Amino acid sequence: MAKVLMKGNEAMAEAAIQAGCQAFFGYPITPQSEIPEYFARELPKRGGLFLQAESELAAMNMVMGASASGARVMTSTSGPGYCLKLETLAAMTLTRLPAVVVVVMRSGPAFGTMKAAQEDYRMNGNGGYKVVTFAPSNLQEAAEMVYEAFDIADQYRNPVVVMADGMIGQMMEGVDYDKMPPKRTALPPKTWALHGRGARAGKKPQLLFLPDGMGHYGAKHYCETQLYPEIIRNETRVEITDVEDADIVLAAYGTAARMCKNVIRELQGTVRLGMIRPKTLWPFPYEAFEQIGPKCKAIVVPEINIIGQMIDDVRIASAGRWPAHHVGDSQNDFLTPNRIRDKVLAVWEGLQ
Amino acid sequence: MAIVYERPKSLNGAPFTYCPGCTHGIITQQVAAAIDELGIVDDTICVGCVGCGGYIAWFMDTDAIYSLHGRAPANATGIKRMNPDKVVFTYQGDGDLASIGTAEIVQAAHRGEKITTIFVNNATYGMTGGQMAPTTLVGQKTTTSPYGRDAAHCGKPIRMCELLSTIDGAAFIQRVAVNTPGNVRKARAAIKRAFQCQIEGKGFALVEVLSACPTNWGKTPAAALDWIASDMIPYYPLGNFKDFQ
Repeated sequence: MAKVLMKGNEAMAEAAIQAGCQAFFGYPITPQSEIPEYFARELPKRGGLFLQAESELAAMNMVMGASASGARVMTSTSGPGYCLKLETLAAMTLTRLPAVVVVVMRSGPAFGTMKAAQEDYRMNGNGGYKVVTFAPSNLQEAAEMVYEAFDIADQYRNPVVVMADGMIGQMMEGVDYDKMPPKRTALPPKTWALHGRGARAGKKPQLLFLPDGMGHYGAKHYCETQLYPEIIRNETRVEITDVEDADIVLAAYGTAARMCKNVIRELQGTVRLGMIRPKTLWPFPYEAFEQIGPKCKAIVVPEINIIGQMIDDVRIASAGRWPAHHVGDSQNDFLTPNRIRDKVLAVWEGLQ
Repeated sequence: MAIVYERPKSLNGAPFTYCPGCTHGIITQQVAAAIDELGIVDDTICVGCVGCGGYIAWFMDTDAIYSLHGRAPANATGIKRMNPDKVVFTYQGDGDLASIGTAEIVQAAHRGEKITTIFVNNATYGMTGGQMAPTTLVGQKTTTSPYGRDAAHCGKPIRMCELLSTIDGAAFIQRVAVNTPGNVRKARAAIKRAFQCQIEGKGFALVEVLSACPTNWGKTPAAALDWIASDMIPYYPLGNFKDFQ
């Protein structure tokens, strides 16, 4: 199949269906509403279930129920709705139920505005859980990440979040569905799925509150000390470009990283720029920063928010070796390639 | 010697952890007995709630899941939609269903979700130590209405059966009590019919059960049963609000 021109939200929905998503529960919110609309149109034709819930809260709890029944299931939302889903997301990390949650970020806090933003980097529910969090930078990647997210969720029995900014959701681009990542084989069978005890050998009843044989603290302890380190080892994703002899390294994700590529081209011959682009926000690719060469004097972190959020992780990774400078805004003075260029030049001049 | 009475087979035998005199035990037993009578134990999925009622998930010999506070009907929706041929029921207290979970229960009924809900109304929050619920009677003293519930301050108790029976998707709605042996028998029959409603695919079914909480009411078990008759039933009339053919 050749490339098809699609809107980002629709591209992610189509990727989910191709990944075997059997059910979608959602609620309208800009800038992701094309996702439930696409599922409403397509899923019934392709043997799946679409159901519009009364709230994001209910949608996520329906996701939990469908996941508990062994289904590949997804929901999507934006920041204000993601807040409402977090309690259930947290519960699913403890009960160990896989699902895929797509968050198409807009500006906040709360109702905020409809503008695209990268402001939900640190949004988490209670209890210190972790979920693989993808950050796509173009629509092909958004589709691939959603596609792979279902396998990752099933492999680790833990939800996966795809954190796209509003630009990714709303823009159009070509997507090639022949280039989806390979299906993971040997995923663990869902012996715990609820279908009534009669469906299970020996008619053994299944209580889904915690994994078999684990108390609350046992399950939490296992996740934090064993499961999460395993995910960090296996699933950390990053694109690293020319950092070995860079004067300045750009660190950015999503649409901000896409803007950085323009800036790198534009400033060729003026300042040597490298880039570290996290494709997973958790696990964050701290080790990528060890590849930065000795000439590097500073890191510039463009983000679509006012004072920076990912920049904190960049500072942790930098461990004091390089100053990290924020550039960006989600309000009046939206992040643009020109603003990134100007910031890089100002930092570069300051270093001379 | 013939066995005339035994523990329902749908219970797993774990000792109930409800307080002495609490009627949750009787209600849990009626649910299990109804499942036995219908022969659906292998095909039933229990959805527990947050609160004392949530312990049912640990007592049933069926598949079960423990839900977040108020969200059991949404959880049950996801389960039932993926298991349309199975029997899915929620077991929720009045804090869970009539306070934090009103949106979920109303919308489950509105969609005509083919699930069965057992709604245990004891006019208080039991597990957290006896706070005021939306179902707390006017004048009733709780830890958060220490001078008695004042209707001018926080309204009059909500009647969920009356509210839900206005919704087209609700096919079976009945209020029962477990304060007398006769009422327990009626409760069992209503719970069984609420399961039948689901099995026949008629729509949403709910049985509200007026239940005693002697610990938090500050009454003896016997006085608590009397209070159901003297104070609760006059405000929460027993009877069928909606039935199916």
